[in-house]
Amino acid sequence: MDSFFEQFPVVFKALNVGFLQTLKLFAVTLLGALPLGLLISFGTMSKNKVVSSIVKVFIWIIRGTPLMIQLLIIYYFPGLVFNNPIWGGDEGGRFVASAVAFIINYACYFSEIYRGGIQAIPVGQDEAGLVLGLNKSEIFFKIKLLQMIKRIVPPMSNEILTLVKDTSLARIIALQEVIWAGQSFMKGSQGISGAIWPLFFTGVYYLVCNGVLTLLLGRVEKKLEFFK
Amino acid sequence: MSLLKVEHICKSFGKTEVLKDISFEMEKSNVLSIIGSSGSGKTTLLRCLNFLERADKGSISIEGKKIYDGEDSSFLKPEVLRKNRLYFGMVFQSFNLFPQYTALGNVMLARQLEAKKDPLYKEKKKEMLEGIEAEAVELLKQMGLADRMNNYPHQLSGGQCQRVAIARALAMKPDILCFDEPTSALDPELTGEVLKVIRALAEQKATMIIVTHEMAFARDVSSEVMFMDQGYVLEKGPSKELFENPREDRTKQFLSRFREGNA
Repeated sequence: MDSFFEQFPVVFKALNVGFLQTLKLFAVTLLGALPLGLLISFGTMSKNKVVSSIVKVFIWIIRGTPLMIQLLIIYYFPGLVFNNPIWGGDEGGRFVASAVAFIINYACYFSEIYRGGIQAIPVGQDEAGLVLGLNKSEIFFKIKLLQMIKRIVPPMSNEILTLVKDTSLARIIALQEVIWAGQSFMKGSQGISGAIWPLFFTGVYYLVCNGVLTLLLGRVEKKLEFFK
Repeated sequence: MSLLKVEHICKSFGKTEVLKDISFEMEKSNVLSIIGSSGSGKTTLLRCLNFLERADKGSISIEGKKIYDGEDSSFLKPEVLRKNRLYFGMVFQSFNLFPQYTALGNVMLARQLEAKKDPLYKEKKKEMLEGIEAEAVELLKQMGLADRMNNYPHQLSGGQCQRVAIARALAMKPDILCFDEPTSALDPELTGEVLKVIRALAEQKATMIIVTHEMAFARDVSSEVMFMDQGYVLEKGPSKELFENPREDRTKQFLSRFREGNA
């Protein structure tokens, strides 16, 4: 299979399978990191100095070290140090380990964005809620949450687009995402070897995906323009 | 028995004593204006009444029932605070409307959340919500905002925003409505429309405490005026008397500019 036209259907199919794994990791990370990030942001804003200090140190470590190292540690550490490879050696195990690493990493970045968004809301909003007899959770969910979301959509969009591309880091623990799939045709797979174009072609997947996300996030931003 | 009794309120921020032993009483349907220069403690006093600030010492009673005592921490429980602060309504200098709700939504929000906690909410949801909406619409009409109900705060002028804020406070049916410099963020034209609304409330016998720098308004609308200086109440008396015959030199000095302007 030397001609491009012979190779294309085989490669296309393999990349689709890989990209599905990419999308899965992206979606699971988002689903986990969005709420966890909010929780962590409450931790950093806690009046309890012990809690806020511990959380801040944790964020410092996670944001201060490469996600790639975190992936390696989370995947290999239990097996190598405790002789207890909790993740298992199959694709499913690699996926769960990747998802855990990504969720923790992204939750820390999100938490700082949340914190900025919450702290930018004037204290008068809390006070107006308080004098109307609202409790803390009502004030947060009914008054501040939407104002926070409006403020954080632009920086959040940035992180979300970065996340799509960052999923490729899971390649380091051999998660079979789209780049892993593209690379396999260099080494040789399904009768194709030494082909570099499939690896380049994976870029098209990221581009299309981020194009769609950009449109969607733009729409969310637009939707929230009804108030200032 | 007086409606509101404030006894020996003290409040410090760090080492700065802002309120030094404030005591006063107030009757139902009276309008009390608090005047004094900036930094005299007027706003802090108002904020102590609805617990946005906690007085370090002293007590607050409504109709003889204690609702706050600086020495008794049982008044500081969140649930107790929340219940007791509803004796007071509060209108802020900067309106503090909720931007993502319409004028009507701002007025209804707290009542809707309150209704949700009612055990009968599930059965009578529709009636309850309709009742809340009807009352809110009525209040906004009273404020002259019948045609603005579905506008968001950013679509309203400052004066309109402040009238929505007044309606929002009234929706909770407070015993005493407090105003913290309600017109300080408004230009003279818009100030007039807000003062008109407050005047109308006074005519309807609403009990109000107004912190203000609008001297002519304070004189005309209030039954009583309290002059504060450096954390003390220097004098308090019927509005006309205090403005025409202030006893203290400091009050005379403070009012002199205003009196010259009106002479």
